[in-house]
Amino acid sequence: MDIFVQQIINGLTLGAVYAIVALGYTMVYGIIQLINFAHGEVVMIGAMVSFTIINALAAAGLPPLAVVLIGAGCAIPVCMLVGYAMERMAYRPLRLAPRLAPLITAIGVSIILQHLAMLVWSRNVLAFPQIIPLTTYTFLGATITGVQITILGLCLAMMAGLALLVYRTRLGTAMRATAQNPQVARLMGVDVNRVIAATFIIGAGLGAVAGVMVGTYYGVAQYTMGSVLGLKAFAAAVLGGIGNIPGAMVGGLLLGVVEALGAGYIGDLTDLCRYGLGPAASCADGGHFVLFGSNYQDVFAFVVLILVLVFRPSGLLGERVGDRA
Amino acid sequence: MKKNRRALWAGVALIALTLLLLPFALSQAGTAWVRIANIALLYVLLALGLNIVVGFAGLLDLGYVAFYAVGAYVYALLASPHFGLHLPFWVILPIGAAVAALFGVMLGAPTLKLRGDYLAIVTLGFGEIVRIFLNNLSQPVNITRGPQGITGIDPVRIGGIDFSRSDSVLGVVLSGPMKYYYLLLGLMLVIILINVRLQNSRIGRAWEAIREDEIAARAMGIDTTGMKLLAFAMGASFGGVAGGMFAAIQGFISPESFVLVESVMVVSMVVLGGMGNIAGVILGAVLLAFVPEILRWTVEPAQQALFGKMLIEPEVIRMLIFGLALVLVMLFRPAGLLPSAVRKRELTQERAP
Repeated sequence: MDIFVQQIINGLTLGAVYAIVALGYTMVYGIIQLINFAHGEVVMIGAMVSFTIINALAAAGLPPLAVVLIGAGCAIPVCMLVGYAMERMAYRPLRLAPRLAPLITAIGVSIILQHLAMLVWSRNVLAFPQIIPLTTYTFLGATITGVQITILGLCLAMMAGLALLVYRTRLGTAMRATAQNPQVARLMGVDVNRVIAATFIIGAGLGAVAGVMVGTYYGVAQYTMGSVLGLKAFAAAVLGGIGNIPGAMVGGLLLGVVEALGAGYIGDLTDLCRYGLGPAASCADGGHFVLFGSNYQDVFAFVVLILVLVFRPSGLLGERVGDRA
Repeated sequence: MKKNRRALWAGVALIALTLLLLPFALSQAGTAWVRIANIALLYVLLALGLNIVVGFAGLLDLGYVAFYAVGAYVYALLASPHFGLHLPFWVILPIGAAVAALFGVMLGAPTLKLRGDYLAIVTLGFGEIVRIFLNNLSQPVNITRGPQGITGIDPVRIGGIDFSRSDSVLGVVLSGPMKYYYLLLGLMLVIILINVRLQNSRIGRAWEAIREDEIAARAMGIDTTGMKLLAFAMGASFGGVAGGMFAAIQGFISPESFVLVESVMVVSMVVLGGMGNIAGVILGAVLLAFVPEILRWTVEPAQQALFGKMLIEPEVIRMLIFGLALVLVMLFRPAGLLPSAVRKRELTQERAP
């Protein structure tokens, strides 16, 4: 039972990060129906920039939380700039082009960002300095760390902030209007280009924070970390219903839990010895014959993505049909 | 008109002669160059296969390397000491093509009913999944030998000819890589022929209709899902054939050869050359396949001379060039270097709101 609770806690932490990244996908998709393929790389850049700052300040004797905050404070504007530049140079000129075109430039941008990051930060796995002291609390027989509580709290706060922005401010209203119909929004006096740029910038800012969180949570960062993280976050966005902001939040948390539980239990569930099916030689004396171990963890997000696309393409909370032309 | 046709035939004859004599010229510079030409031909095969999916049917497949991997592993498992199987080349290649096509259908079936961009992401994920499986299927039963890869793969043997050794025919010495060159050239011709025939067939026109406007195509009575699945399966099977050749030529394969970067590279080739145009795709594949070699001969010495050491690895420059090529081609020449007529019309037209 405590293993179960433990996996749920780990899953929720990871899921909260997925949700924040998924928001970046879903906001952009909701407004211009583009899968911003390079969003995962923005998250990676956020992690890398904060790594550099935290590394430089680690020895300065500042309180650890302040160091991480300064790191995030530097990563956010850098990522926002990257997000804006991306929209301006690679996507805006193609807004009226056929759908395949911006998708292909997005792949190009993603490769460029990845390899520029490799030039700056090398191809090695970078170890985040562990400056935040490890405090653990016990909850229902499972342990939860201070970092996990911080991540969960921050993510919830950001989601609430975003919801306020989208549903309570002028910019949010303009964003929703543009998402519904850009032509009419323009007629109503909405500066559509500015709204779209703002969407990219906000998504990139969220991505930067997610990058810092992933870095501090796992303790490592590498220039390739963006693609798999981006893929999972996209799966989360589709699970919740792409283009739907509350959907991305729910989808992210759910995907994190599914992944954690899947990785925690798949080894036991696919142990043929449990069912008396394994070869006698390996099963003797309580041995195991495990078909799929926890090293298949990265497969779950993909399986979830396929299942959602087959059975409910509009996602859990989405109303729009997935194949709207 | 008659004069034109004569000029055309003269051109074809010239290209054919060049292609036939190329390995002899290259082997003067070293056998390594023949090997490089072989790799370029493999990329041409891959790009032609992907062109069916991306160029003809307009479906962006970012996990194409998965089919390449499937073909390579089918060949490796059926012709290596790992399982002790040594089936002949002409038995394995169709099996590899069929298995790859099956994977294509498996992947396409759930996603093809949806819009194209979903397909792109799902195929990307699929490519990663195949690699994860290849890396981990060494336990509990050792199928793929995991990250170690499979070694000692049989070279191609047709009749009494062993493609790994040198032979002399009529006093002319043919090295192993040169024989593979001619085999690949033959395969390429077959695939080009299939491509051309497909493009002008009922199926090819159906693909084109789907690419242009799927709803209109369905209204015209085209079975859009079936046709898209067919494109996917055919593209995948060509990838499988190329994979089998890759395994035979290298003699060793591991999951490391089938990373996402390879998929991106093939997509870049198709996009740069001109989606849907067979000649353009071949041009794109040859150009980009030689980029790493050109960089090795220019960038490395230039950096050594300027800075006294290597600052930027050629590998990184290569990837930056691919990324930039994708962005710049889409921005300034969306139909590619050699655009196909239909594609050009489609890409320069604005999307209806």
